[in-house]
Amino acid sequence: MSLESRVTEIIIDKLGVKPEQVTMEAQFDTDLGADSIDQYELIMGFEDAFGLRIDEDEAAKLTTVGKVVEYLREQDVDQ
Amino acid sequence: MNRLAVVTGAARGIGYSISRKLVESGWSVAGCDILQEDLDRTAEKLGGGFSPWLLDITSEEAVAETAGRIEEELGSVFGLVNNAGITRDGLLMRMSRSDWDSVLSVNLTGAFLMCRAFSRGMLRRKEGSIVNISSVVAILGAAGQANYASTKAGLLGLTRALAREFAGRNIRVNAIAPGFIETEMTRELPEKVREDYAGRVPMNRMGQPENVADAVHFLLEDVSSYITGVVIPVDGGLTT
Repeated sequence: MSLESRVTEIIIDKLGVKPEQVTMEAQFDTDLGADSIDQYELIMGFEDAFGLRIDEDEAAKLTTVGKVVEYLREQDVDQ
Repeated sequence: MNRLAVVTGAARGIGYSISRKLVESGWSVAGCDILQEDLDRTAEKLGGGFSPWLLDITSEEAVAETAGRIEEELGSVFGLVNNAGITRDGLLMRMSRSDWDSVLSVNLTGAFLMCRAFSRGMLRRKEGSIVNISSVVAILGAAGQANYASTKAGLLGLTRALAREFAGRNIRVNAIAPGFIETEMTRELPEKVREDYAGRVPMNRMGQPENVADAVHFLLEDVSSYITGVVIPVDGGLTT
């Protein structure tokens, strides 16, 4: 499964959104309706799924689906 | 079900009674304290349900490290009881900056650090109950306790803020405001303050640590599953 699909799956699971909503450009807050705790939980979800620790400063920058994918790719996570 | 709770200031006083009540009710307790000897004695008395953790809750690193070890060795933490507290009483004019800072560090910052360290796991599992031990002085004030009263009122703010933050995640956050309870700490209070308090208790007697422990137990158990953000006075009517 591609990195994009895994990320998308986690987002669908955590936020209860429809697959077609999760585009790479989608903003977590405005497009996917995630409040600040939802976003924190998402970050925890990514950490668990990909076995890494994302610090608060990094996490604050991950505002769109695409940015998460890009960040995880840079971290060279296991896919 | 054998649930795990972390109790700070568990070695003696109200924290000891809370730990004992929880262990007797089938809970596992990770008891944190900075007093090694008292902690060992408590562990001896309470047996297998109680594990002692030497911890300075004012140290961010120590709290994070201990939280990690507790979850690793004992499993998921369901309950957190922020009970640890110190006093450095004195009239405002004579209260040193260090008297102020040390009480804030332990009573308020310590609770913040513990909440932050353990809420991560609670959020992940979407369950948990946090109980902060405040005091009637948060509501009534007490001469000579500007530092202590400020922290106890601060704990009520912390309680209400976190209750709202976590309400949608099935994590409850409540506070207990004990009144005049017979412990080592209240025995150190100035005679005048003690007399003043005891005389004002409508039930005409001081409370026992067990009275507080029972309320903590109630707030940790599922019988209180729809209660969050409240302050329960355990004070014999002192604040009514």
